[in-house]
Amino acid sequence: MAETLLYNALREAIDEEMARDSNVFVLGEDVGHYGGSYKVTKDLYKKYGEFRVLDTPIAENSFTGMAVGAAMTGLRPIIEGMNMGFLLLAFNQIANNAGMLRYTSGGNFKIPLVIRGPGGVGRQLGAEHSQRLEAYFQGVPGLKMVACSTPYNAKGLLKAAIRDDNPVLFFEHVLLYNLKQDLPETDYVLPIDRAEVVREGADVTILTYSRMRHHVTQAVKVLEKEGYDPEVIDLISLKPLDFETIGASIRKTHRVIIVEECMRSGGIGAELTASINDRLFDELDGPVVRLASQDIPTPYNGALENLTIVQPPQIVDAVKKVMANQV
Amino acid sequence: MVQERVLPSFSTAQTRLTHDEGLTVYEDMVLGRQFEDKCAEMYYRGKMFGFVHLYNGQEAVSSGVIKAMRSDDYVCSTYRDHVHALSSGVPARQVMAELFGKATGCSKGRGGSMHLFSAEHNLLGGYAFVSEGIPVATGAAFQSKYRRDALGDESADQVTACFFGDGASNNGQFFECLNMAALWKLPILYVVENNKWAIGMAHDRATSQPEIYKKASVFGMAGVEVDGMDVLAVRAAAQEAVARARAGEGPTLIEALTYRFRGHSLADPDELRSKAEKDFWFARDPIKRLANYLIEQNLATQDELTEIDKRIQSLIEDAVTFALDSPEPDPSELYRYVFAEDE
Ligand SMILES: Cc1ncc(C[n+]2csc(CCOP(=O)(O)OP(=O)(O)O)c2C)c(N)n1
Ligand SMILES: [Mg+2]
Repeated sequence: MAETLLYNALREAIDEEMARDSNVFVLGEDVGHYGGSYKVTKDLYKKYGEFRVLDTPIAENSFTGMAVGAAMTGLRPIIEGMNMGFLLLAFNQIANNAGMLRYTSGGNFKIPLVIRGPGGVGRQLGAEHSQRLEAYFQGVPGLKMVACSTPYNAKGLLKAAIRDDNPVLFFEHVLLYNLKQDLPETDYVLPIDRAEVVREGADVTILTYSRMRHHVTQAVKVLEKEGYDPEVIDLISLKPLDFETIGASIRKTHRVIIVEECMRSGGIGAELTASINDRLFDELDGPVVRLASQDIPTPYNGALENLTIVQPPQIVDAVKKVMANQV
Repeated sequence: MVQERVLPSFSTAQTRLTHDEGLTVYEDMVLGRQFEDKCAEMYYRGKMFGFVHLYNGQEAVSSGVIKAMRSDDYVCSTYRDHVHALSSGVPARQVMAELFGKATGCSKGRGGSMHLFSAEHNLLGGYAFVSEGIPVATGAAFQSKYRRDALGDESADQVTACFFGDGASNNGQFFECLNMAALWKLPILYVVENNKWAIGMAHDRATSQPEIYKKASVFGMAGVEVDGMDVLAVRAAAQEAVARARAGEGPTLIEALTYRFRGHSLADPDELRSKAEKDFWFARDPIKRLANYLIEQNLATQDELTEIDKRIQSLIEDAVTFALDSPEPDPSELYRYVFAEDE
């Protein structure tokens, strides 16, 4: 076991996959000489050369399309979005060509592509650097979406995403890069389509992902002391949603709270709520409770920013209300 | 008389064309023309739907470039893609069936006119959004370069031809990709088919520098202007560019001056283009021009050409019959091909 920081876990994943398969390469802004905006690709160019760790010009839509073309012709590109928000400029290539092309081509081409990078609400980075792209991309057919949350799952999931033959959007969170964890010395991959049961419990199912998993964990510590027994599920796969794991939990607890950093309108929680109502309505003892970010551009001011995203006390509160049948 | 840009002159003195090559190019152009005429007929008879963009008049560009390439080279097109697909070797049956939305179409009825694909023929696609194919083609060229330079595979010398219009050349993806292709010396031909119009937007009204080939120079890239109604001129320019790309010397921007003989799509009333302009270009029909050349140079007889015309006619009738007789996609397979696991 070696204690590893999350950004290094990601780096190890890329390094191991590049060593394993010479078709795997990284491209993006400042991924080479600079080592990536969060050092995920630090010094990899020294090992693999400037072609396999390709510093691109600041041309998001075009280098994303270029990766699609490379993937169609047999390579396995990993795009780093310097900040995932910048990939708004690549929306066209991600949606039309990464997401839909296999279908419109009638199965002629595969697009084994990973698009990864830092996202989410950081510390006072302002609205444009605090995006939750998963909300915008969830409607695109053909894309898979994965959010990592610990060094252990970051490494295993990224390796699996690189080996997957589909385009995968892989979300990292700017505030989680320095999390530490002991990782196995042996090679491992984790399934990108399975949710992770973080804590088993009987009272209520809390569905969350990415950084909010850690807010939920903080809240659970308080709740445990007061005798509550929530089940915590990290979704991991934001698309498709793992309804096997989600369903099993809801059939046990009959109560659901969603905790997300996504905006409330049209976010992952909105989709999740609708799907739970579609599939599991009869299992529910009450309405699905949704704790999401406010529907505003993320404000710069620290206090306002804290008001915008869900805080642990709100989660404690929500669990108590749900358990008291007050919703 | 309309003011037309002076078409660059091309002397056939240096042209080395064998009888077989001449007939191959001629046949490809006739195939393109007759196929498109048949599409118009089928569209008006309600056999195909949606937006259908025909290529009549521009055949010299597709045949001139693609027939100067190898079968393992890559081709990337736009929504005006039927003829690029045919030149790339996709059988007329598969293209026609795709336009009819049938399960036997090259995109299994999922794509339609603007989304023709064939992995077997290295056709990277029909792209319905203007300019979005340019980065994809650039990526295919990057892949060749990667295999050759990063992986040391000497056999990876494939070249990519990327076709698009004058309108597309005002989009950022064009400039961004020219920059990257020149920077990394990618083996690619950017072929602008300047047909003077982007639907109803005249090229001169859309760009500050109408001579598109000149835009290559700021990227340190070779740029050439060619008479796109003369297949021999296009072929010569393409051969030179392909040789440059294959030798690892980087990309070329080819601006082919051409004209579409029909409206933008079959839904376009085509009211903006003047009769004088059309007459100027109709008089330069590239198929007639090649036919005259082949006969003058004793490379073919009129009988041989007529024979080809007839053969193509029956090939297209066969494609229509095939498309009509083909099954619709199976409704139970609605979801098939969303993900890579569906073969
Ligand atoms: C991104 C995008 N914007 C607008 C359109 C609508 N559109 C289709 S073709 C076209 C004109 C393109 O002209 P050009 O590039 O010269 O190609 P041509 O049709 O002349 O072959 C436009 C505006 C589109 N398909 N995609
Ligand atoms: Mg045009």
